[in-house]
Amino acid sequence: MSAPAIETENLSKEYPYGFLHLKKKLSLESLNLQVEAGQVFGFLGPNGAGKSTTIKLLMGIIFPTSGSARILGKPVSDVAMHRDIGYLPEQPYFYDYLTAAEVLDYFARFHGFSAGERAERVQKMLKKVGLETAGKIQLRKYSKGMLQRVGLAQAILHDPKLVILDEPMSGLDPVGRREVRDIILELKNAGKTILFSTHILSDAEMLCDQVGVIAGGKLRGVGAPGAIVGVQATGMEIAFELPHGHAGGEKILAQATKSGATYRLSVKEAELYAALEELRAAGARILAVTQIKPTLEDYFLGLVGQDRAQAAAIEVHGK
Amino acid sequence: MSRVLIVAQNTFREAVRDRVLYNLVFFALLLIASAVIIGQISVDIESVVMVSLGLSAISLIGLLIAVFTGVGLVSKEIDKRTLHAVLAKPLRRWEFLLGKFTGLVLTLGVNLLAMAAGLFLALLYVKHSLGRADLVVLVAIYFVLLKLALVVALAMLFSCFTSPLLAILFTGGVYLTGLFLSELRNLQLPDMSPQLQKLLTFVSFILPNFGNYDVMGAAAHGRSVAHGLILHNTLYTALYCAIVLSAAAFIFARKDLK
Repeated sequence: MSAPAIETENLSKEYPYGFLHLKKKLSLESLNLQVEAGQVFGFLGPNGAGKSTTIKLLMGIIFPTSGSARILGKPVSDVAMHRDIGYLPEQPYFYDYLTAAEVLDYFARFHGFSAGERAERVQKMLKKVGLETAGKIQLRKYSKGMLQRVGLAQAILHDPKLVILDEPMSGLDPVGRREVRDIILELKNAGKTILFSTHILSDAEMLCDQVGVIAGGKLRGVGAPGAIVGVQATGMEIAFELPHGHAGGEKILAQATKSGATYRLSVKEAELYAALEELRAAGARILAVTQIKPTLEDYFLGLVGQDRAQAAAIEVHGK
Repeated sequence: MSRVLIVAQNTFREAVRDRVLYNLVFFALLLIASAVIIGQISVDIESVVMVSLGLSAISLIGLLIAVFTGVGLVSKEIDKRTLHAVLAKPLRRWEFLLGKFTGLVLTLGVNLLAMAAGLFLALLYVKHSLGRADLVVLVAIYFVLLKLALVVALAMLFSCFTSPLLAILFTGGVYLTGLFLSELRNLQLPDMSPQLQKLLTFVSFILPNFGNYDVMGAAAHGRSVAHGLILHNTLYTALYCAIVLSAAAFIFARKDLK
């Protein structure tokens, strides 16, 4: 059986702070995580939960206080293994005075591609991330979303086995988000292993085979998206319109919210048909009936509410 | 080694597109041009005044670029987090550091060449011809480059473990002290304890001797510089840079980035 693509064992990270750095803040506590090859793994958690800390530890940008991590069977300190990894940092930033094509060419050179191969790959990547017309513009003129696209392009231009993306949807407009989702799915279909962090539940649901949920520096659970976040419907939402001069339905309308001509009504699943019947009787035109699922924020509010002390990073004084 | 050169080329490319460098070089050329005017009111010693002022301007501007850009080489990459994507490539941290150093020294070399061309043009304007004796000016500029390489290495070392402002102050402090090492070594003060004397002597041997690189007087008067000094300064710079960069690499390899 092949080694997991990513494996951590009691991985912990403390940051010193305060005067003379005598106090320590525990950002990651004994993380034990396995991501199997070929999986899309979503690393979920609110801001400051420890997602980026974990990714930085995996990429050797910071060093663990204790514990160990292996990528593709090799310790993370082995830089040669970076040939097989693509990494998109959170809010990536590149050299102001270089163009996107030059930055991508620069990164491609570390992988030993010939000049011709580099030119071909750079053009292909620029096209893939929708920057083919902006490739010759210096990056200081790029928007945050465009930099994010450059970041994604440099992460995948060498066709890595494992792609690690830190908040890949950050700063993107809806079209950009869709394009990134498509790229992740394309990588998945090509058999790549993908780990990406996000605090947006819908992204994880749509893309991931497995998710890991982290809060307060602790891994709270790992599993399939539905199982781990409990995305069973908590109710149903009915969107409807009423004709002018309608009669009846006042009781149900008192519970609905109105936006423009559209009303929205939230009901329990068991009460759905009764509500629909009442709306029909009032002459309502039903526009949509959708499940109400908890957002990640709801999930975390519940989680943090249960254990507020543990959800915040633990401060170990005097260490 | 090829990865070091990739980083060096990129550092050079970014640096030559940064307009600040052009402004500084332009300012140096302006100073050299003003030396022509000052030289004209210095009867019989036009070329001496011009070479002295020109070399001083080149050294000063080079020093400003070396200190400020040298400190920013690593700290800017950490602050802006450009390093995160770079270190995700198959590149060791010491290779990155050495590449950055090489790139900036290459940039400084090109800047010095541009400024040297300006100085020689000014000399040609005043003297109407150039002789073999004027080649000493090239040696003086080579020594400025060696000095700046050492300053860049020190700036990089300090920026690896302290804030950019402190790194600038430390580099400036070491440079200024390094200019007066022989005075420090022979310092005699009344009531000076033997321990302090020993400490000053020790410090004077540890710190880089920037006084070694000053051949401005010889260049201004067209006196030749001993080949031995050229070899000595070249080897001294190479060895000192190797030690300082090794220390920087040791610290940088263990540094948590933001």
